[in-house]
Amino acid sequence: MATTVTRKPAQARPWLSKQLRNDLRAYAFISPWLLSLVVFTGYPMLATIYFSLTDYTIVQPPQWVGLENYQRMFTADPQFWPAVWNTTFYAVISVPLSLVVALGLALLLNQNVRGVGIYRTIYYLPTMVPAVAGALLWTVILDPQNGLLNSMLESVGLPGPGWLKSAEWSKPALILMALWAGTGSAMLIFLAGLKDIPQTLYEAATIDGASSWQRLMRITLPLLTPTIFFNLIMGIIASFQVFGQILASAGSGGTVGPLNSLLMYMVLLYRSAFRSFEMGYASALALVLFVFLVLLTMLVVRSSRHWVYYEGEHPG
Amino acid sequence: MVSTARTPGGARLARLGRGLLSHILLITVAALFALPFLWLLITSLKTRNQVFTDPLIWVPHPVMWSNYVEAVTAPGFPYLRLLGNTVFYTTMSTIGMVLSSTVVAYAFARMAFRGRDTLFGLTIATMLLPSVVLLIPTYVLFRTLGWVGSYLPLIAPMWLGGAFNIFLLRQFMLGIPNDLTDAARVDGAGDLTILWRVVVPLTRSAIIVVALLHFLWTWNDFMGPLIYLDEAAEAPLVLGLYTFRGTFGGQPEWHLMMAATMLAIAPIIVLFFFTQRYFIEGMTFTGLKGA
Repeated sequence: MATTVTRKPAQARPWLSKQLRNDLRAYAFISPWLLSLVVFTGYPMLATIYFSLTDYTIVQPPQWVGLENYQRMFTADPQFWPAVWNTTFYAVISVPLSLVVALGLALLLNQNVRGVGIYRTIYYLPTMVPAVAGALLWTVILDPQNGLLNSMLESVGLPGPGWLKSAEWSKPALILMALWAGTGSAMLIFLAGLKDIPQTLYEAATIDGASSWQRLMRITLPLLTPTIFFNLIMGIIASFQVFGQILASAGSGGTVGPLNSLLMYMVLLYRSAFRSFEMGYASALALVLFVFLVLLTMLVVRSSRHWVYYEGEHPG
Repeated sequence: MVSTARTPGGARLARLGRGLLSHILLITVAALFALPFLWLLITSLKTRNQVFTDPLIWVPHPVMWSNYVEAVTAPGFPYLRLLGNTVFYTTMSTIGMVLSSTVVAYAFARMAFRGRDTLFGLTIATMLLPSVVLLIPTYVLFRTLGWVGSYLPLIAPMWLGGAFNIFLLRQFMLGIPNDLTDAARVDGAGDLTILWRVVVPLTRSAIIVVALLHFLWTWNDFMGPLIYLDEAAEAPLVLGLYTFRGTFGGQPEWHLMMAATMLAIAPIIVLFFFTQRYFIEGMTFTGLKGA
């Protein structure tokens, strides 16, 4: 048995070395993914850059226009800056708020109480709901006159705002929807991070007389910073691409939300590409968002040196 | 947790109080999360005139089960067709994704070849790439192929694997002891046999996680169907729901809309209840590796 196994490659050596045959076999295994990398990642990445420098309506081949699309975006398109403002407003508030809520939920679920699995299921359930369906059901709840939320607010003497029907309150309405539907994943990831913190640290701290608040601030939060970092980056990338909820609650034609207050960046991009078929301009929009997200992620990564604690390092 | 109880009675009382407080908090938050679902159900069973009332109607009377019949038979929302389309394309996409990602992950985890680490690094890098930057050329490509209006653009790319799934499966496969695969190799097994007979059975739970997460992601995807199937007759559920909303213009029949919404999310909720262990495992793993 053993001799045949060692002899076989020796016979094949004359025309293909063992190393080369190994490589070929491995590349056959990964060939689907290589194809995907080339056709669905590499090519589109480069083509986006090229398209963004052209006037391209699909029916006619791309016409080179240099930086015209970028010029139009920053100086001439009356919808670009409002979309940037709306998206930034939404992201700047919803990302930290979602992180805090997700962490709070995870801390709540990390207790040693009976039936915690059922609560975890209920808290995670909204995450399973498609964005379009979630937005539809919240449109009913947030009805300014006789919606569930405003009726409940009025019953305790609070004035109910116009939510999705008001230019000032449409973005807070969207943020509220995100808190319901968008915290589940971060919550589970926080929960896993919490389970990873050694119990002995808490025991030692308790013996030293640390209060539960001190344990939270001195042990839990510092040791959770890598998880916070991960959820922060994921949250940023997702929130700048908010899309489905907008279309379901405000549509994509005409003004998006009262006074265009829900015109988000992705909606603008979608309209440019698939409503007016300005593929060149839409590519420029996509590339600007991409570069912005890369820069923002790099900024967060750089800042992480100062606030993320990694095991094995000694802070200070 | 470990209270150094000097006065056993007092400590127990304090712990009981804390436990009670925890439960009250947990239940309150659960109510907040569940209430929108409850309201969805209630609204879907109301008559048109009962949807927005002052004061609120909590118990529909009569209970309009017929809303569901009406929503399903409305020309704008052919539920069974939409459901069938969704199940079909989601399943096809998931089968392709699982098969290809498993094979590719095996090569990255278990085969030594030149350029492996570079290619794997590249794979990880693509995970961070926002899909928006690939959207337009990919659309143009599929349009050139004449695939727009069919499910092919939503299914075919998935048969080539996905970065995150390859990554996840590889991590699991790295955990399989070398002895097991070496033993099979000595017995004369080739890579495909080892993958199928040794590695796949040992990676079963990770494969289920990948399949479920991808299934859910596809089921809930909106942008893909929207751009590729916008004018197609055969839409999946999420797109059908969106189109149904559009048919009403400014004043939707909300009682019907809510019945349709309920029908659209019901299958995925049912699936979740039966498989939540895997979902939670999968999400947990995602976070641990990312951090």
